[in-house]
Amino acid sequence: MTCKAEGVAAAVRAAAAVVAEHRVELIDLDRAIGDGDHGENLNRGFAAVVAALDAGAPDTPGGVLKLVATTLISKVGGAAGPLYGTAFLRASAKLGTAGDLDVPALLEALRAGLEGVQARGKAVAGDATMVDALIPAVSAAEKAAGDGGDVAAVLTAAADAADRGAESTVDLVPRKGRASYLGERAVGHLDPGARSSALLLRAFAEAAR
Amino acid sequence: MSVGIVLVSHSAKLAEGLAELAAQMAPDVTIVPAGGLADGSIGTDYDEVVAATQRADRGDGVVLLYDLGSAQMTAELAVESLADPSAAVVADGPLVEGAIAAAVAAQSGQDRKAVAEAAAAAGIPDDLQPVEPAAGEAELELELRNDVGLHARPAAVLVRTLSGFDAEVTVRLGDQEADGRSVLALMSLGARQGDRIFLRARGPQAAAALEKAKELVDGNFGE
Repeated sequence: MTCKAEGVAAAVRAAAAVVAEHRVELIDLDRAIGDGDHGENLNRGFAAVVAALDAGAPDTPGGVLKLVATTLISKVGGAAGPLYGTAFLRASAKLGTAGDLDVPALLEALRAGLEGVQARGKAVAGDATMVDALIPAVSAAEKAAGDGGDVAAVLTAAADAADRGAESTVDLVPRKGRASYLGERAVGHLDPGARSSALLLRAFAEAAR
Repeated sequence: MSVGIVLVSHSAKLAEGLAELAAQMAPDVTIVPAGGLADGSIGTDYDEVVAATQRADRGDGVVLLYDLGSAQMTAELAVESLADPSAAVVADGPLVEGAIAAAVAAQSGQDRKAVAEAAAAAGIPDDLQPVEPAAGEAELELELRNDVGLHARPAAVLVRTLSGFDAEVTVRLGDQEADGRSVLALMSLGARQGDRIFLRARGPQAAAALEKAKELVDGNFGE
C-alpha cells in the first residue's frame, strides 16, 4: 500500500486537528516545567499549515512535508519551530519528488526526521525531550516494516512506541531546554515535546488507516 | 568593509538595545537586531533572522549571536538555509559581552572566524586570562565528589569550560586517558563519584584551564 500527496495532506490536517484538541493539555504540561507556550505555538503553526494547504496543496508527499516544514519554521516561535521544521524538512528531502509514499520511503523519512531533530537540538536519549518519543518510534517502525507491515501498520507501531517513550520522560531529569534549569524538580512531569511528537505520530497513524 | 553582526533574541527590546549599545563601540559595523515575533511578543522569528542575516552581510559575511536555546536553533537553521551557509556563523558566547567583543573585532577588520572567536572568548573573566602568554604545562589531581561523576552533563560542562582556554587538556582515570575536548571520550572513562582523575594541560593557558577545572570539580559542576 502506498500513499499519495492527498493522503499525506489529509494526515497533516488530522494532525492539526489533534494539536488544536490537545492545545490546553500541551500548555499545561509546558507550564509545569517550561514557559507554557508549547501548545499555543504548535497550534498557531499547524493552523497556518492548514491555511497554506487550503491555499494550494503540493502534488507530491515530499512537497506537502516541505510546505509543513517551512510553515512551522516561520510560524512556531520557541524551540518547537526549528525542531519540527527541521524534522519535516529533512523528511521531505528524503522523499524528493516521488509521487507515492511507500514503506521504505516512509522509513527513510522517519529516520531523517529523527536525525534532523537530534542534529538541531543536540539531545540524546534520556534527556527528556521529543527525542525520547522519536527514537523508540523509529525503531518500532523499522521492526513493523521488517514484519511486512503496510504504511498504516508502520505508523501505528511508531505511534504506540512514541506513547511509551513519551511516558518514560516522566521519570527523567531534563537536560535540554528550559526544563533543564529545574533539574530534579522536573522529575514527575511528562515532557511536552515528547507528548506532542507522540500525538502527531498517532494522528498520522489514524489518518493512514 | 567589515563582518556584519546579527543579534538573535527572544525579545525585540533586548536585541535593539544591545545593537544600540554595541554600535557605540563599532560605528562602521552593520549590527542588525532580530528579536521577538512579528506581533511584538516574545519568541524567535526565523524569517526575520534570515532577513537580518542577509541585510547584515556587506560582503565579508555575518556572525550571529543568540540569547537562549531556541534562538540558537533558529539562528543555526537560518544559516543552514542560506544560499551560501559558509557566509555566516553562529557564535557560542554570552550575548551581551559577546556582542560587544564581536562588534569591536569586526570594527578592527577581523574576519568571520576571529569575530566569532572574540564573541565566544568574551565568556572568560579577565582574572582567568594568562598573566604571560608563554607556553605552559600543568598537572592536577582531583577527586570527583558529585553524584554522577563524569556523566553526560558534568562532562559537557567540563568540555565547554575547557574549550574557552588556549590549552590542550587530557583527563586520565587509571590507565585510560581522554581528550578534554570530547564529551563522549570523557564519559567513556566511566569516572564515578569518589574516583580521582588526573588532568594534564599544555599551552599558554594551561594553568588557568586547570584552575577553572578544579573550581568546577570542587563545586560539583554546579549540581
